Amino acid sequence: MRNLLNVLVIVLSAALGLVLIGVILESPSPARVRLPEEVLMQIGASGVTHPVTAVLLNFRGYDTLLEVMVLLLALLGVLAQMGKQKRENPPAGFYLTEPRMQVLLWLARVLVPLMVLVAGYLLWAGGHQPGGAFQAGAVLAAAGVLLNLSGLLPSWMEPAWNLRAGLVSGLLVFLLIAAAVMMTASPGLLLQYPPASAGMLILLVETGLTLSLGLILAGLFLFLSGDAIDDEADK
Amino acid sequence: MSGALIYACAGAVLFVFGVTGLILLPHLLRKILAFNIMGSGVFLVLVGLGQRDGTPDPVPQAMVLTGIVVAVAATALALALVRRLLSLTGKIQFPEEPEGSGRCWKNK
Repeated sequence: MRNLLNVLVIVLSAALGLVLIGVILESPSPARVRLPEEVLMQIGASGVTHPVTAVLLNFRGYDTLLEVMVLLLALLGVLAQMGKQKRENPPAGFYLTEPRMQVLLWLARVLVPLMVLVAGYLLWAGGHQPGGAFQAGAVLAAAGVLLNLSGLLPSWMEPAWNLRAGLVSGLLVFLLIAAAVMMTASPGLLLQYPPASAGMLILLVETGLTLSLGLILAGLFLFLSGDAIDDEADK
Repeated sequence: MSGALIYACAGAVLFVFGVTGLILLPHLLRKILAFNIMGSGVFLVLVGLGQRDGTPDPVPQAMVLTGIVVAVAATALALALVRRLLSLTGKIQFPEEPEGSGRCWKNK
């Protein structure tokens, strides 16, 4: 019975795949709405010269705003699953005395400052070429994970006030700028930057987002990894 | 058939692999992996269809960029939930539903 069901699932999935491929091959090119041309036409008013950044932070800025909220929500979910018991952090570098760890330590110490530099560059590059807050935040988060895995940074247990402030700072800056723009430049319209100052505002939003996304993404790893040490300590 | 359409078709194949895995694999980590493969398939379809005219469309690209970050966060949340399930039941699987009861497992 179970085998029969499995076969049925596989057959139906294969049929779904064939239908999807058929639709992809048959679907006509959209003739009426040409989004790339629209974006390129309006890009002068967006404050940046790279189309993807213009879409992300200007034309569909509310998308990005909601995305940051989703990320925070996911982090809150992770925090809610961590359990109540609070333990002392394991001492940083608790297994670093072994000689074979020295290479990893050295590499982490060399790489992390470079990664912070790369994140800053990506943030700046987002205005005119591929890059931006998400990529920069991901690099920052990777630096945090590297520090944690090499034992230089203890896992996070309970966020203190400064960590909490960092986690929400990106969203707060974003909301603040959205509210300010809505009240002064374009009443009643969400995230309609005035073209003259759009570039500056986008850079401000992106700087806040980079910091906050880096912390959130790193937190998704560091809070969970802290829990693991907790579990092992229980056994 | 242009190169962009090959990407989109590969995305459809990945999506179907993901769906099948999500339904058939009982281990929850594998389900999460299958879910991620499904998501990657969707992203590939979006990006592939967005550049079938030869010029990349920035709108689907921005949406995919958003989607990737959300997928990472959703995966982390799923892992946290799986961990909670492991510490509650000792298994990384959905509990079998007992006959005649609407609940998956009894509260302690």
